[in-house]
Amino acid sequence: MSSTSSTNLKDLILNGIVKENTIFKLALSLCPSIAVTNSLKNGIYMGIAVLFVQVMVNLTISLMRNIIHPKVRLPIFMLVISGWVTVTQLMMAAFVPDVYAKVGLYIALIVAFASILARAEMFASKNSIIPSMADGLGMGIGFLFALTTISFFRELVGKGSLTVPTGLSTQHVFTFINTKPLLIMILPAGGFLAVGILMALFNWINARYAAKSAHASH
Amino acid sequence: MEAKKEQLIVSVSPHIKSDETTSRIMWTVSLALMPAMLSGLYFFGPKALFITLLCIVSSIGFEQLYMKIVDKKSPVGDGSAFLTGLLLGMNMPSSLWSFSPFTAHVPVVASFVAIVITKQLFGGLGFNVFNPALIGRAFALISWPKAMTVWNEPTAAFLAMDAKTSATPLGVLKEEGIAKLLEIFGDKVSLYQHLLTGNRAGSIGETSAIALLIGGIFLLAKRYISWHIPVSFLGTAALMAWIFGGKGALFTGDPIVHLISGGMMLGAWFMATDYVTSPTIKKGQLLFGAGCGFLTMLIRLKGGFPEGVMFAILIMNCLSPLIDRSFRSKVFGVVSQSKPKEAK
Repeated sequence: MSSTSSTNLKDLILNGIVKENTIFKLALSLCPSIAVTNSLKNGIYMGIAVLFVQVMVNLTISLMRNIIHPKVRLPIFMLVISGWVTVTQLMMAAFVPDVYAKVGLYIALIVAFASILARAEMFASKNSIIPSMADGLGMGIGFLFALTTISFFRELVGKGSLTVPTGLSTQHVFTFINTKPLLIMILPAGGFLAVGILMALFNWINARYAAKSAHASH
Repeated sequence: MEAKKEQLIVSVSPHIKSDETTSRIMWTVSLALMPAMLSGLYFFGPKALFITLLCIVSSIGFEQLYMKIVDKKSPVGDGSAFLTGLLLGMNMPSSLWSFSPFTAHVPVVASFVAIVITKQLFGGLGFNVFNPALIGRAFALISWPKAMTVWNEPTAAFLAMDAKTSATPLGVLKEEGIAKLLEIFGDKVSLYQHLLTGNRAGSIGETSAIALLIGGIFLLAKRYISWHIPVSFLGTAALMAWIFGGKGALFTGDPIVHLISGGMMLGAWFMATDYVTSPTIKKGQLLFGAGCGFLTMLIRLKGGFPEGVMFAILIMNCLSPLIDRSFRSKVFGVVSQSKPKEAK
C-alpha cells in the first residue's frame, strides 16, 4: 500500500472504492450514511463534500509532511481537516443553501470522520503528492459511491421517488409510485437496515468476484 | 446445529427431561394458539383466515427460498416458520384483506422481514435476537401506519354503531377515556364480557382473552413455559394500571381492562415466553416479564401509541442476554444454586 510508484495509481484509487470502501468494508463514518441518506440529492452532495475534503486534506498533509513534527502531527492534521471542512461548509452555504440547511450539521461533522484522519495519518503523511491525491480520490469516490447507493435505495423504496440534482440549486424529482411504499426506509431505523443490506450485498458480490478471478487465474 | 442443542440444554425449562424436540414444541405452541385463532375466525370471518394463511404460506415460502439460495437443508419440518407465520397473522388486523386500497401485500412483506431479516440473517432459529413475528409486525406498523390500524368490528357485534370499522378499546381508552368505553359497551360487566370473549375490534388473534388464557394454561400444564414471565408481565402491568391508570388520583385505575385488552394476553403468554429471545434463568425471567409489563404500561399511558406490548417485548428482547449474564454471575457468587449451571 505504501508503494509510491506512479504505475499503480489506478490501484490506489480502486483500493478506496472497493477493497477499503469506507462504509461497506471498514464500516467507518456510519453516522452520515444513516443520517443524510434519506434522499438521493442529500446523499450525493454529502458524498461530494467528503470527496473534496478528503482530496484536499491528503494534498495538504502530503505537502506539509516533511515539516510536521511527529509529536504534534495529530493536532496539525485536525487543524488542516477543520480548515478544509470550513471551506466546504461556507461554499455549500453559499451555493446550495437548501441542501446545506438539511445536511449542514453533518458537513461540520466531517471534521471527526475517522476515515479522513486515518488516510492523513496512514497515507498522506508518508507519501508524495500524486499518490496521496489518488488515495484521497479513491477513498472519496468510494464514500460517494456508498452514500449514493444507500440514498438511492432508501429514497426509492421509502418514498417511491428519486430526487436528482440537475444543477447547483435545481433538482428533478422522478416519481415512480405516488404513495409511500415502505415508510420505514426513510426513517432512521430503515437507515440501519439499508446500510446492513447493502453492505452484505457489496461484500457478497466482492467475494464472488474475487473467487471468480482467482479461479480464472489458476 | 451444535449451538442450538446447547441452548436447549442450558435452558432450565423442564422440557429437557423428556425427549422433546424443537419441532414438537413448535407444533404444540401452534396447537395452543388454536383456541384464540378460532375465536378470531369466529369474530372476524373469512378475511381473518385469508390473512393468517397468507402469513403462514409466505413465511414458510420465504424460509424455503432462503434455504435454497444459501444452499442449506430446509428445516420446514420443525414448524418454526409455521409458528412465526401464525403469530404474525394473529397480530394483523383482518381489515388488511382489502383490495380497493390494496393492502394485501402487507402480510407478505412482514413475513419476509420476520423470516429472512430477523431470523435467517442472524443465523437461523436459535440465534435471532428479536422475536421474528414481532419485528415483522413492527416493520409493517411503521411502514404502513394507516393500513395496520384499520380495525374491523367483530361481525357478531353488540356494539351500538353500525360502522364497518371502529377503534380498539385501547384506542378509545387512550383518546377519550374510560367513560366513553363504558358508554360504548354499556356497563363494566358487559365491557369485561366483550373483552374476555374477544367480541371487540383488534388484531385477529389478540381479542379473546379467555381463549388465549386456555392456550397459555395448556402450555403451562405441559410445562413448555414457566409461570415466571407471564405472571411478572401481567402482574407488573396490572400494578402499573392500578396505580397510574386512573384519571387524576393515584390508585384509581382499572387493571382488569388493561390486562384483557390489546395484545397483553397474547404477548404475555406466547410472545414474551419465546425460548430464544427471553432469559433462561428464572430470576432473569421475572425481571424480563416485569420490564415488559412496565414498558407496556408506560407506552399505553404516556406514549404515542395506544398499545405498547409489541415494542415493550422487543425492547426487553435486546436486554435479555444482558439479564441472563448479570443473573448468572450473581448466582455463582452466593448460595449454591447448582441446578442450571453444570451444562456450560
